[in-house]
Amino acid sequence: MTDLQIKTDMSHAAAPSMGARENKLEVRNLDFFYGESKALKNINLGLATHTVTAFIGPSGCGKSTLLRILNRMYDLYPGQRATGEVLLDGQNLLDPKLDLNLLRARVGMVFQKPTPFPMTIYENIAFGIKLYENLSKSELDGRVEHALRGAALWTEVKDKLNASGLSLSGGQQQRLCIARTVAIQPEVILFDEPCSALDPISTAKVEELIDELKEKYTIAIVTHNMQQAARVSEFTAFMYLGELVEFGQTTKLFTSPEKRQTQDYITGRFG
Amino acid sequence: MTVPASINRTRPLDRARALSGFKFGDRAFYWMTRISALAVLCILGGIIISLIMGAWPAIKTFGLDFLVTRRWAPQLSPSPVLGALGPIYGTIVTSLIAMLIAVPVGIGIAIFLTEFCPPVIRRPVGVAIELLAGIPSIIYGMWGFFVLAPFMTDHVMPTVIATFQHVPVLNVIFAGPPSYLSLFNASLVLAIMILPFITAISRDVFQTVPPMLKESAYGLGCTTWEVVKNVVIPFTRAGVIGGIMLALGRALGETMAVTFIIGNSFQISGSIFAPGTTISAAIASEFAEADGVHMSALILLGLLLFVLTFIVLAAARLMLARLQEKQGK
Repeated sequence: MTDLQIKTDMSHAAAPSMGARENKLEVRNLDFFYGESKALKNINLGLATHTVTAFIGPSGCGKSTLLRILNRMYDLYPGQRATGEVLLDGQNLLDPKLDLNLLRARVGMVFQKPTPFPMTIYENIAFGIKLYENLSKSELDGRVEHALRGAALWTEVKDKLNASGLSLSGGQQQRLCIARTVAIQPEVILFDEPCSALDPISTAKVEELIDELKEKYTIAIVTHNMQQAARVSEFTAFMYLGELVEFGQTTKLFTSPEKRQTQDYITGRFG
Repeated sequence: MTVPASINRTRPLDRARALSGFKFGDRAFYWMTRISALAVLCILGGIIISLIMGAWPAIKTFGLDFLVTRRWAPQLSPSPVLGALGPIYGTIVTSLIAMLIAVPVGIGIAIFLTEFCPPVIRRPVGVAIELLAGIPSIIYGMWGFFVLAPFMTDHVMPTVIATFQHVPVLNVIFAGPPSYLSLFNASLVLAIMILPFITAISRDVFQTVPPMLKESAYGLGCTTWEVVKNVVIPFTRAGVIGGIMLALGRALGETMAVTFIIGNSFQISGSIFAPGTTISAAIASEFAEADGVHMSALILLGLLLFVLTFIVLAAARLMLARLQEKQGK
């Protein structure tokens, strides 16, 4: 336990206890199936408003699967289905009648690898905004700048907004994707291992960004990196073989986990 | 602990000598690939040279007038009048109409197959498309002549002609009388023939779009149409245009099917329901009984088709470069 470095800063220590804040997202009795095989078993947890919740666990434990339920991304693929309830502000987003495009505008997602669209940097950001709003050129310019500033990318790209998004470095591309997600003003942002393809400096920048973004957004982050979970999140969920083993405040989960499995995992005994 | 003898050897292993045997093989391989590549250039050059040589008498006799003369009268003696405008016009018009029909439909099928299609029917439809590509063109020609042309002439053309008879411009394009042998029927058959190329290539390149890229567009709340329009097609633009150009190349050069149903008339009529001819159809239908300057003129037509195809390919390259520039460097 002692060899695991946990940075416990004041904000984490001051995090309110669970339930004190209302939950933006509420997962209830959630099961998930890839065809016949059951990938998630009876998941129950809540994502508190304006906090960062980290999902950790060994590969294949279902943490990415859980994330992809929160914006119904799994719906793109036949044979995948979820049962149970996922409430976003009290509305069940597993409802088959739900408008998926609207849901995904409210619940944004950042992926494992940077995925800039094959267009200019400016268009990468403006594209999402233009889906929902009909803005004048100057308003749009302002929104693009705002989004890029929000992702701490503005100073680096302001002179080459018309260059291809693919011309940026990996870390910049990932922040471009974050800016793109932020630009359409979602309520929840899902990060699916956002730093797995990035170098340490870019990772630090993205983590800093996540820390700032939680002022405005409710954030869920899947990560393989336990130090990262400890650094950025207030709450952590440990998953194993499709089950939610333990969920609680990050400081508590990392210092005095209740379950044996959690302790084994965070001390590196398996996984 | 015993040390294996091979490690404990007294004489150092001569790696350079061991590798020298491969060096010869490597060199031979290099030359083989190089000669293959050069052979393509030689063949291309040889074709161009022999076309020019064969066409020379016609070039000398008609000069640039060949390109703008509408009359095709090889039987006139002592000096036949031969002009390529009719076949050039027919080639361009049939290819253009075929592309107008086949490109949207072909890309549409590819989008359906990759984005919407239930897996159960994806394979059958895909295989059907590939089979369509494998049908010999003579069969398309016969089908066009015996099935498609009568149907179009009896049921579709009269209606279209009647509909547009008082609309300016369109009443010229769709002027009667309906004919089995027409530019439009040839275009339709061409469209069906090139459809599989466009579909198969578009489908293959659409499948190369990383799922994560599409997901991130869906993740912004895009509809499937928006994802296709803004992510899938821009991402695969070069490949799709490549497929379209391949199809256009085939449409320009297609011979047998077109010869069957185009009517082989050198007249230029404003109506697409009128008979016409294309460069390749003209060559195919007259080559057997041609001699002298007539034969030379047919070879010159072949050279023109070659040049036309080359211009189309060059234009496609240029367009692609422009598009990439617009997309950002």
